[in-house]
Amino acid sequence: MSGLQIIFLVLGALTLASAVMVVTTRKIMHAALWLVLALGGVAAIFATLEASFFAAMQVVVYIGAISILIIFAVMLTRRVMDDTSAQLNKNWPAAFLASALSLGGLVYLLSNWSGFLSTAQALPDGGENLIQFGTALVSPSGFVVPFEVASILLVAALIGGILVASEPKEK
Amino acid sequence: MTPWYQDPVNFIAEWLRALLTSWGLAPEAVNFILTVLGAGILALLGMLWVIFLIWYERKLIGRIQDRFGPNRVGPWGIFQPFADMLKIFVKEYITPAGADLVPYNLAPILSVGSVLLIWAVIPFTMTIMGVNLNVGLLLIIGAGGFSALAILLAGWGSNNKYAMLGGFRAIALLISYEVPMVVSLLIPVVLTGSLGVNDIVKAQSVPFLLTAPVAAFIFFISSVAESGRAPFDLVEAESEIVAGFNIEYSGLKFGMFYVAEFLHAFTISLLFSTLFLGGWRGPWAEQYPMLGFVYLVIKSFLVYFVVILFRGSLPRFRIDQMMNLNWKLLTPMALVSLIITALVAQPLASLPVVRAVALFLTNAAVMIIFLGWAGRQSSRKRPIVGKPRPLAVPHSDEKLPVEP
Repeated sequence: MSGLQIIFLVLGALTLASAVMVVTTRKIMHAALWLVLALGGVAAIFATLEASFFAAMQVVVYIGAISILIIFAVMLTRRVMDDTSAQLNKNWPAAFLASALSLGGLVYLLSNWSGFLSTAQALPDGGENLIQFGTALVSPSGFVVPFEVASILLVAALIGGILVASEPKEK
Repeated sequence: MTPWYQDPVNFIAEWLRALLTSWGLAPEAVNFILTVLGAGILALLGMLWVIFLIWYERKLIGRIQDRFGPNRVGPWGIFQPFADMLKIFVKEYITPAGADLVPYNLAPILSVGSVLLIWAVIPFTMTIMGVNLNVGLLLIIGAGGFSALAILLAGWGSNNKYAMLGGFRAIALLISYEVPMVVSLLIPVVLTGSLGVNDIVKAQSVPFLLTAPVAAFIFFISSVAESGRAPFDLVEAESEIVAGFNIEYSGLKFGMFYVAEFLHAFTISLLFSTLFLGGWRGPWAEQYPMLGFVYLVIKSFLVYFVVILFRGSLPRFRIDQMMNLNWKLLTPMALVSLIITALVAQPLASLPVVRAVALFLTNAAVMIIFLGWAGRQSSRKRPIVGKPRPLAVPHSDEKLPVEP
């Protein structure tokens, strides 16, 4: 086993363990902090796969923005330091069903992909090509439709957020 | 091999590599040892540099305020920071009751680490840089996320309402100012066509301060805000929330936050001079790479001087003023200037001189329009839109003092 494989296994175990801690720890604030560690582990795995762009984006978007917002929301919830509340509520079967379905769907999709079991090719010198990636995101033959759909979703979320936060007009 | 005086650091590194290889170590092991050694030395020098920065800043702030500054220990008080350092080493650590131990102790380490992370991608000369990452600029932005996390952990873990309020303010500041900062950093990327920091330096045959003055202006203000210093030091406003997020820290744990603040102030100067003033570029910097280091330090100190001048002369922003500056001036200005830069730079790419002049003129127009608008807005009296709503209302049982 090479050094890189050992690092990959350690990082994978760390990521999975902290992901389990996110849903099992009783303090909700600690759950948010474990989530940061899990996302950081994913970023480190990207870095070991020579995908430095995705590693950096994982840190910028998930750790720098999303998890900070989650921690913010958690800090403003009631009984945030409480560690006696129940770990499950009555919605757990629905949540279990949804997560099992998405895991099953992902595994099914990946197992149909031809590259699932083959060994990955080493990248050519210079690492990934950012310019190709950027062109693929905006070219009609590439991923422009999913890219635009994601943008529309973000704009909708933004407008919704402003609407929720704005003060109701007095009549 | 190049003579030693042209590039001493790489000369030593090559000598060490040859020595370790002759001892029979595998090339991977040699690479690993050299990487760890380089990272350790860079981080160590960065932190030792802070000792000098603290003295320099205290002396300069003293002069601005018509005082002497430190002047007792050693010539011109230059050994004062060593005395302070020894004192802070032997101070007791006090952990508040009810503190969340892991976040509480992790926060100071993370705050220094997040600043040192930026040093990993800064090209100090043409050949010396921690790592020549093709996404170096993204790493710089990501490091800002870590520093936000550190402040949040400190504010939360201390179990203190003032720490918590300071943490909230700091996060509001960091998240808001990240937006214009990222957009303004895109402008050098548009002009260069690369996210690598050394590529950006190499592309500056004309410094980007001249071809993208709006981006430089926005980046400077938002990075001063990210470092949390005056005039953006409302995160540790002594008159309102005592000391902000670091109120419960003592000894070296407080020292880490202190080091992080000073190091961050110098790091933003280093970044500004790398991204907008041409970094190590200068006469003969390519023949003698060490000369590039001298140029970089001179440029950084010029910028650092302005940062200290800001701190010494500007009063603290109120939180609504800070938000207004960010969302009503800097963000639209950054977006407009990004669009204009892309529209002007792309068609004129083959004519570098015309492009530089056109970029300078359009940027100047953007600057005049936006700053003129902001000046008119700020001098206008703000209309009163409703009755004042006191946040704290007296309890119904409480007797109000009768007005005479």
